[in-house]
Amino acid sequence: MKALVWHGKEDIRCDTVTDPEIQDPRDAIIKVTSCAICGSDLHLFHNFIPGMLPGDIMGHETMGEVVEVGSGVNGKLKKGDRVVVPFTIICGECDQCKRGNFSVCETTNRKRHLADKVFGHATAGLFGYTHLTGGYPGGQAEYLRVPFADATHIKVPAGIPDEQLLFLSDIFPTGWQAAAQCDIEPTDTVAIWGCGPVGQMAIRSAILLGANQVIAIDCLPERLSMAEAGGATTINFETESVVERLQELTDGKGPEKCIDCVGMESHVMPSLPDTLLDRAKQMVMAESDRPHVLREMIYVCRPGGIISVPGVYSGLSDMLPMGAFMNKGLTMRTGQTHVNRWTDDLLRRIEEGEIDPSFVITHTVALAQGPEMYQVFRDKRDSCVKVVLKP
Amino acid sequence: MFHFSNIVRTKGDPKILEGGPSLKQPADQLARALGWFSIGLGVVELFAPRRVTRTLGMEGHETLVRAFGVREIMAGIMTLSVEKNAGLWARVGGDGLDAAALLSGLTADNPKKGNIALALLMVGGIAVLDYRAAQDTKPRRPSRDARRKLYPNRSGFPKGIESARTAARQIAAHAKTGVETNEVKQGDERRVP
Repeated sequence: MKALVWHGKEDIRCDTVTDPEIQDPRDAIIKVTSCAICGSDLHLFHNFIPGMLPGDIMGHETMGEVVEVGSGVNGKLKKGDRVVVPFTIICGECDQCKRGNFSVCETTNRKRHLADKVFGHATAGLFGYTHLTGGYPGGQAEYLRVPFADATHIKVPAGIPDEQLLFLSDIFPTGWQAAAQCDIEPTDTVAIWGCGPVGQMAIRSAILLGANQVIAIDCLPERLSMAEAGGATTINFETESVVERLQELTDGKGPEKCIDCVGMESHVMPSLPDTLLDRAKQMVMAESDRPHVLREMIYVCRPGGIISVPGVYSGLSDMLPMGAFMNKGLTMRTGQTHVNRWTDDLLRRIEEGEIDPSFVITHTVALAQGPEMYQVFRDKRDSCVKVVLKP
Repeated sequence: MFHFSNIVRTKGDPKILEGGPSLKQPADQLARALGWFSIGLGVVELFAPRRVTRTLGMEGHETLVRAFGVREIMAGIMTLSVEKNAGLWARVGGDGLDAAALLSGLTADNPKKGNIALALLMVGGIAVLDYRAAQDTKPRRPSRDARRKLYPNRSGFPKGIESARTAARQIAAHAKTGVETNEVKQGDERRVP
């Protein structure tokens, strides 16, 4: 089969690889009908997240049709079922899964000895996302083996196009969780840093969860226009002071809820010296993340507020203003997404026409064009916001 | 075909049968080579400056050579990073500094001026490679003034934003009513221990 394979920094190729096989009775094989490039794939493209090995298949936003099931799937899936594959692999049986904390499933990370050392405790296995999270082959391919398939799936009905359902695999529940963990109240202002695909989903989620005002921060006109279309007031951080504008828009009080949809590769600008220093330190491996957005959120958030971090951080962040964080009594909520905690509700909202997540797709291309699209997406060429690949 | 990466695959996971075309251009390979060269030269300058100054007949300039070594290492690291273009331009600038320093030692009374001439020739050659690689690895990000598509009609709400807001308000009001009905009022005797 064809698959997008990581060969090193900025080197992804469309290789021919062997087809996946059932390895465990709880496995299923799906024929991929649509997959997507996620913003966090770019961290792997840049080799900023440790634990990738040449030969790893990329991709964790995938859907398709079940073509083979193992004997232990126990009728929960059958050949021909249409499924979206959540990016977090879950067993559905461990203590964390029972609590709904699916992204920290205690069973599915098959390389937990690595993660135990790096993070203290292993988290769930993820598709196409470094050997720290199990080194599972990803879904930017013609076929995908889904481990623990009896639990790791979202069955979806026929009649709704792939484009509306595909993002249940990651970005839609990620944006939703980012907003949901803010405990939004009807009087709240929610400020969202980053108007990439997750930021766009977080904007819509904040609206659906009843925020009084949503403010979106980015510098790319196409993304700001999409954010505005979704109901946000926008701030272009290249032409305006984020802190001053947020103060203006909140009568000097600051937003009650702040969401970081940027993560470890925040924009580097000469006018923001901390970003230059972070970039220099990241280059010599003295710091793994560039946490400018976290610093800004802590500074600007209203005392007593909540900071929600769906943006990916990989390791060590310097100079976080813990004094402000502590004295302002802020709460920070983070984490990879507990996808299956949210998907029943989100699928219902899609079916009822409350939201159509396909609005975010700007490019649909064949899988073989994937490597080139990584560059287009990274460089924000052709006003690219979200790429869908068709195997 | 043998692929080294297949050795580390977990049993049963897909293995590469045939590699596809790489995104890497010759300029990327050149940049990588120049990055490692920069680090190698920098290490020599940093840790063996006397050997360098003796070869060039420029004894007494060891501190300058060490500083150049640090610069070479930094530029090399940058050239190997995703910011390789900035690293290559830093190297082009560094080549200028190298040439200027060498020219200052090219005096009639320097018995090693032949070595300096040779070093200048090398710096010139490497500067050409640095410049070429810097030109060929220019980031292809669109300029700030580039015309961009805008997406003002992509709300994502098939029934409109106002409908989404209204629904959210109704749910919030409903939830509030529910909370109030169940709320224990202040002074309620049930709260008194």
